[in-house]
Amino acid sequence: MVTNKFIKLCTLLMLLIGMQANAELRIVVDGGVEEPTNIAVVPFGWDGDNALAENISAIVANDLRRSGMFKLMNEENMLSSPETQEQIFFRDWRISGNDFMLVGSMKPTANGVKATVELFDILTEKKIWSQTIDSSGSDLRDIAHYIADEVFQKITGIRGAFATKVVYVTVQGRGAARKYRLQMADSDGARPQTILASKEPILSPTWSRDGQKLAYVSFETNRPAIYIQHLSTGKRQKVQSFKGINGAPAWDPTGNKLALVLSKDGNPEIYVLNLQSGGLVRITNHFGIDTEPTWSPDGQSILFTSDRAGRPQIYKVAASGGKPQRITFNGNYNSRGRLTQDGRFLTMVHQDASGYHIAVQDLQSGRLDILTTSRDDESPTISPNGVVVMYATKLRGRGVLAGVSLDGKIKFTMPSSLGEVREPAWSPFLN
Amino acid sequence: MKKLNTTKARTVAKFASITLAALLVVGCSSSGTIKDDALDADGSSATTTGANNGSQITGVNSGNVGDLQSVYYFDFDQSVIRSSALNDLSLHAQFLAENSNAAVRLEGHADEQGTREYNIALGERRAQAVEQFFVGRGVSSSQIDTISYGEEKPDVSGLATKSRRVEVKYTAK
Repeated sequence: MVTNKFIKLCTLLMLLIGMQANAELRIVVDGGVEEPTNIAVVPFGWDGDNALAENISAIVANDLRRSGMFKLMNEENMLSSPETQEQIFFRDWRISGNDFMLVGSMKPTANGVKATVELFDILTEKKIWSQTIDSSGSDLRDIAHYIADEVFQKITGIRGAFATKVVYVTVQGRGAARKYRLQMADSDGARPQTILASKEPILSPTWSRDGQKLAYVSFETNRPAIYIQHLSTGKRQKVQSFKGINGAPAWDPTGNKLALVLSKDGNPEIYVLNLQSGGLVRITNHFGIDTEPTWSPDGQSILFTSDRAGRPQIYKVAASGGKPQRITFNGNYNSRGRLTQDGRFLTMVHQDASGYHIAVQDLQSGRLDILTTSRDDESPTISPNGVVVMYATKLRGRGVLAGVSLDGKIKFTMPSSLGEVREPAWSPFLN
Repeated sequence: MKKLNTTKARTVAKFASITLAALLVVGCSSSGTIKDDALDADGSSATTTGANNGSQITGVNSGNVGDLQSVYYFDFDQSVIRSSALNDLSLHAQFLAENSNAAVRLEGHADEQGTREYNIALGERRAQAVEQFFVGRGVSSSQIDTISYGEEKPDVSGLATKSRRVEVKYTAK
């Protein structure tokens, strides 16, 4: 067992060292399912003269490992490196304990690279999936994530979410040298790029459902304002701002409306802004704090945090307004809800005697599960396939991102090379 | 003060206007885990006294208003002005009321506990508590700008007790 664990540790370390140098976040898996699916991702062949910019099969393997649902065969233990079905001796792979294997090859073409991949069920020796993908050669990481998504779906039945993006806020420096950045990266932390850099705070980034736009709060003019930024062009617009709070933007499913928080009438209330007509409708009317709106997937209702009963709890109100109905009752602090795409599960920040944790409530049964044990957890965001909640926490006093599966079994942290990291927002499916 | 019935306190806060009672905007009843902070409601605890004893200034003018205390601390999840702050805040109010060209920006802040947008709201309540205090003493609301940074700009010390604050900044004197 010790040897086994040691090998696993070595594999992990090797992979981490070998991971893309351009990532500011890397991923360390802390736990996984009790009986992960064993899979061998055989290094893909490459016929070209110069080495490819990315190691596709390694990225696929990392994605699957990071999901916590797979145990990847150590490359060094592989007896052969088949690239096609004809080269596979299934018996060898069966003996080494694998359930599935992925083989593939990369070939140069006139205008890029062609990848051919095949996924096999080792027990039945049947091909489950195969595909040939043409690439310009500049999108190799996208291809790798696409392959990982397909493998994940073929085996688990759940749509993969590796080919997605995450935005987050980093903070570096102190005092006058403090720099806030809104960053966007692949879901594995690779290819980070800066969306906005500012000396003033940036918070509450959120994706439109079509993945084309972000909304966020920026203090760049020395007061809070909500901005909408188009990702393809970089063009952005400032949403009409008012005295007081302009915060917590949330897109409705159509992308035509934005729920937001304004305190122009004295204290924080939820409003819905029609982005086409400019019409503004006040949804809540209470002297307590109403904030952190989020839409139900059908766009019919808005969930929000309110301290109207004394302590922060999550309420639900019709998107057109009306009488809010309280939906969290476990404990005396539940805030910043986010729903899964099927509307069934609500993740939130839940406080108990040991601190602020990420919790999930099954809205059908009312059951609440506390998913994390760290003390400073906040800003939960759910992967578009509803499998993982990413959130912000503290690791040795520094802000980092972490993730936990909705069943609590899979955990990972994303240590950063860039100061404090916070406010993650997971994109919707982008393809 | 800490055990004020929350609903009642809020109702008071909503409808009362000028008196100090109006400032008893109790965000939430403080949880039992923050005992240390609950004890220093009058600013007498060593952790927050630094600047909290107030200046010795009595007559205020544009020359010495800058010597007044400019940072005011608050208890956990509270937006009640501490009694130790009243002397200097009154002098700020007096100066602003007597100098209609003077203007002030009130920046409300929260500690890092709890969610970010909620803390934005909490920081605003604190800034509004000071704003209401000023207005109650004859300052025109057009002289006052309030803004909340929530937990986004914690005190450099990193201490929660120092981060829960309102900073009074003159934009014109």
